[in-house]
Amino acid sequence: MGNPLRGEVVRLYKNLLFLGREYPKGTVYFRERLKAAFMKNKDETDPEKIKKLVAKGDFVIKELEALYFLRKYRTLKKRYYEPEE
Amino acid sequence: MSGRVLVGVKRVIDYAVKIRVKPDNSGVVTDGVKHSMNPFCEIAVEEAVKLKEKKLIKEVVAVSCGPQQAQETIRTALAMGADRGIHVEVSGKDYETLGPLQVSKIFAALAKKEEAQLVILGKQAIDDDCNQTGQMTAALLDWPQGTFASEVSLEGDKIKVVREIDGGLETIKISTPAVVTADLRLNTPRYATLPNIMKAKKKKIANVKPADLGVDLTSRVEVLRVDEPPQRQAGVKVETVEDLVGKLKEAGRV
Repeated sequence: MGNPLRGEVVRLYKNLLFLGREYPKGTVYFRERLKAAFMKNKDETDPEKIKKLVAKGDFVIKELEALYFLRKYRTLKKRYYEPEE
Repeated sequence: MSGRVLVGVKRVIDYAVKIRVKPDNSGVVTDGVKHSMNPFCEIAVEEAVKLKEKKLIKEVVAVSCGPQQAQETIRTALAMGADRGIHVEVSGKDYETLGPLQVSKIFAALAKKEEAQLVILGKQAIDDDCNQTGQMTAALLDWPQGTFASEVSLEGDKIKVVREIDGGLETIKISTPAVVTADLRLNTPRYATLPNIMKAKKKKIANVKPADLGVDLTSRVEVLRVDEPPQRQAGVKVETVEDLVGKLKEAGRV
């Protein structure tokens, strides 16, 4: 406890949990995997490595946002536009 | 141009939800169903916020008409970067019959009251697919309109709007104040992240009643029946080419 990076990790976890509410395979599916991914690295103490893992998490956030956008965009395009050629 | 932009946001059943018709055919099931902001409204909010980030306008005001839950939709718009919200409270019977005409009357009244220079709306909502609110708002205000916008740029006190039309694009220049409706390709809306939703809780949402704006919500449209789209007919398997040709002839395709 008392690790200066703890706040960062908690923030990342909360943000990912929030994003998981919209996950196509369901919140529960996402939450289980999210927790497993965090628990896998729970004994990590090297600050450099923790920073790297947090950066990886932030990248996943970007990927999820892009996934949700594309999914919505494709659905709307299919519904409202004539298929091209 | 520097001033205020009014953005309309509508709370609709989420795009990913399978819509079910009520057994008595009076409408669709909305209780316990996930709702979110109309995707075209998200695009409208994004465009307004972008204009603000470029310092071309001063303030983005998100407006939603509906029951208490409409505030959640306004909150999402605030998280995306709108400065403040106006919740026009419409509930019960009035909400059931609330249509484009009533909403555009509210928007016209608000645009005047707030001295807006631009009203940005989604081109249509994914629940009723009316595609009328923007046009009616412009008509009631007697303002120019740029509908189906796929590109918007401010040039002095004029707005250049590239419009999506059948088989291509049309570029028009209109003077402000004006109404613009967003099409799918206008931009890619940002995601309302958790930290931003938290921050948005500090932003103000004003509560307004239609009567305060002098708007009469009487509807002239009566919904007679709501039905599910027809089910797709099951196909048949054919054993041979002759069978296939026979079936096709039967169906009058060859």
